[in-house]
Amino acid sequence: MDTVPADASRPPVPAPPPAPSRIGRALADAWTITLRDLNHWALRPGAVVVGWLFPVMTVLMFGGLFGGAITTPGPGGYFEFLMPGMFALAMLFGLETTMMAVTTDAAKGVTDRFRSLPMSSSAVVLGRCAADMLNSVVGLVVLAGTGLLLGWSWHGGRGSALTALGLLLLLRFALLWVGIFIGLAASGPEAVTAVQILVWPVGFLSAVFVDPATMPAWLGAAAAWNPLSATAAAVRDLFGNPGFAGETWAAQHAELLAVAWPVLLTAVFLPLSVRRFRRLRS
Amino acid sequence: MTDAGSAITAHDVRKNYGGPAGGAGLNGFDLQVGKGSVCGLLGPNGAGKTTAVRILSTLLDMDAGRASVAGFDVRRQGRQVRERIGLVGQYAAVDEVLTGRQNLVMFGRLNRLPAAAAARRADELLERFSLAGAARRPASGYSGGMRRRLDLAASLIVSPPVLFVDEPTTGLDPAARQEVWTAVRELVDAGTTVLLTTQYLEEADRLADRVCVLAAGRVVAEGTPDELKSALGGDRIDLVLSGPEDTEAARAVAARIASGEPDVDRTAHRIGIPVAGRVRALIRLATELNEAGIEPEDLALRRPTLDEVFLHLTGGTPATGTAAGRADPADAVAAAAPQEASG
Repeated sequence: MDTVPADASRPPVPAPPPAPSRIGRALADAWTITLRDLNHWALRPGAVVVGWLFPVMTVLMFGGLFGGAITTPGPGGYFEFLMPGMFALAMLFGLETTMMAVTTDAAKGVTDRFRSLPMSSSAVVLGRCAADMLNSVVGLVVLAGTGLLLGWSWHGGRGSALTALGLLLLLRFALLWVGIFIGLAASGPEAVTAVQILVWPVGFLSAVFVDPATMPAWLGAAAAWNPLSATAAAVRDLFGNPGFAGETWAAQHAELLAVAWPVLLTAVFLPLSVRRFRRLRS
Repeated sequence: MTDAGSAITAHDVRKNYGGPAGGAGLNGFDLQVGKGSVCGLLGPNGAGKTTAVRILSTLLDMDAGRASVAGFDVRRQGRQVRERIGLVGQYAAVDEVLTGRQNLVMFGRLNRLPAAAAARRADELLERFSLAGAARRPASGYSGGMRRRLDLAASLIVSPPVLFVDEPTTGLDPAARQEVWTAVRELVDAGTTVLLTTQYLEEADRLADRVCVLAAGRVVAEGTPDELKSALGGDRIDLVLSGPEDTEAARAVAARIASGEPDVDRTAHRIGIPVAGRVRALIRLATELNEAGIEPEDLALRRPTLDEVFLHLTGGTPATGTAAGRADPADAVAAAAPQEASG
């Protein structure tokens, strides 16, 4: 055991408290990392506020500009139909936040600093997870507030509203791992730009904005099976907002898929992310 | 398997990244750094300096070989190693968005200090590294020197017995360099073992007790800066002339006296002459120049610089006017000392 003599220029450091359990340490470290993100919000509010307002702008753009020309399947205006889809789309936008944070930390050497510390190695990811989920909850609240101002509202009970929120956050959780994986695999800012562009076709090729039945058959089928469509349809149902009676199996089992898709994505991308993180060592 | 007196040991460490885009690997890397000493790891880009430090600091796995830091096996006892090291430089960075103080508190917490102790330690370190005034400003607004000091402070939160310092002064102005050097020296005086990688030979000369020259993934030479200079064999005479004709004439004289190939810089009218017999060679050169009617503008006997040692060992040739021309006054003083070259 090496000990270093203490002197005036090197004040003695208080001994760490008795070691808590492994999980306790991981949670404490994860909270430190989460706090770091919250400090980022406070110091650079611009980035996070833009992240919250971007879906709001999208709602205004699509609902206000195109909404009038789109026939919706039930009572109420287009906003009634659009909002649940937008909640799901906002979860997809969150992927970019995760990916950017992971890529930036890796590129600037912050990830390596964390890896050189005697901290819990899962805490970096757990902290990222907590901060991003919190970010998405605030984003959903802002977006729901906008919807309420525009005439959208939920018609179901509190229980089904909470279930809807749960399904949205489950999708966000799954996309978190996709974001971490791409963020670790991405070699540079080009990859980030590519994903930022690809988010749009993935978002549009879904039941977020229109009924997939109005699309050419093959595109419609792809849109019907999009994980966003499943979550959007399930959330429409739970909020009592108008949806469409799709003919496809996917449309008829939206609730099931709204759980199955995120679970599947997590089952694939969580281990992939862990493997990527380990491969930083090779 | 680890020597009791060594803070860092590496034995036949190998790392092959594979693939055409692979980074600089290691090819039988050996190292021993005694407790409380400063080892300078010197080498050109691509020699494997960064790979070596990344392996020793557990950021990277080795393919073969063994290494220990602070008495713990790098491969099997990663956490114990991480509890005893600090990393400064390009390997690990501070968070640019956070303020200096937030950074230090965060790293303190991650080093398992309780909240109050982390805050207290952060303030101490900010004071010590003259960052107290900028403590509440985001690190992105710091100057290069301030950021490097914050980096250093972040590595010292729990006073690690072993510190890895990577090119600590690259891109810094002279005043900031001095500050960083002073900070590193203080740490060493307090007993920290430092492994310093650098491309600046002056830096190694200034800070390191021993220097290891790395080329193509292995240590090709090792010793104190003085030993390495001696190993190059002999001393050098720098000659500065007033014009091209004199330079040509002096070149012929230099060729007769030199123990090796003289370096001629025709634009600066400079000749660097490796010599074996110190004062005798100096007298002979002065005499012959005088007889040839050449009046040099400057004539100086000095020991080789580490640049020259370095270039010699890694297969390059020193460029006169850059390496040789940057001869430090300290080298001239060293040259005056009655110490005969051994090589």
